[in-house]
Amino acid sequence: MLSISQELVDKIVAHARADHPDEACGVIAGRGGVPERFIPMENAERSPTFYRFDSMEQFRVWREMDDRDEEPVVIYHSHTATEAYPSRTDVSYASEPDAHYVLVSTRDENEVEFRSYRIVDGVITEEEVRFLP
Amino acid sequence: MAIEVRIPTILRNYTGGAKAVSAEGATLEELISNLESSHPGIKERLVDQGSLRRFVNVYLNDEDVRFLSGLGTPVSDGDTVTVLPAVAGG
Repeated sequence: MLSISQELVDKIVAHARADHPDEACGVIAGRGGVPERFIPMENAERSPTFYRFDSMEQFRVWREMDDRDEEPVVIYHSHTATEAYPSRTDVSYASEPDAHYVLVSTRDENEVEFRSYRIVDGVITEEEVRFLP
Repeated sequence: MAIEVRIPTILRNYTGGAKAVSAEGATLEELISNLESSHPGIKERLVDQGSLRRFVNVYLNDEDVRFLSGLGTPVSDGDTVTVLPAVAGG
């Protein structure tokens, strides 16, 4: 289960809306599995169907997390024309077995889909999301 | 000559759980071969058909080796090599 504050959820959704129709991506860093620090990342692909963190930005952010004893608790990205479910590409590149992979779909202008998954060894497991006030 | 190699979570099964290991070599390619001799299997996760895998980022100190000379990048004592799987998807 992912427990996440409504404030962080709103930030992820706002980022996804702002970058629509391109995919948005980023990280929520935290300690002990608790998502705390919102880090929007640049989508180096600037694409409606693909995302990739910029390699230098990723290096800086990962080092900063290391220095602060944080881990990438949440790795999020948006789908802009399809449902918030991991694509085959998402599964093949998933490389953080301890992270919650959050997907947001912005295909509907008025409604937002926000779902979370574990992706380990190519297996997708959806999990419940608890929104904290 | 020792170079520190920082290993991401997903590859720590090759290093007995270690976050960092040391290895030797004059170039990144030699370093990876040296790493392979002490941690068999790791090379294949980093290199494919003679070049770095597309979705693996390797940094020499603060630089992405793709902006240096890739596997031919010279490395020396005291350097730190960091491996990070690219975060990507569709």
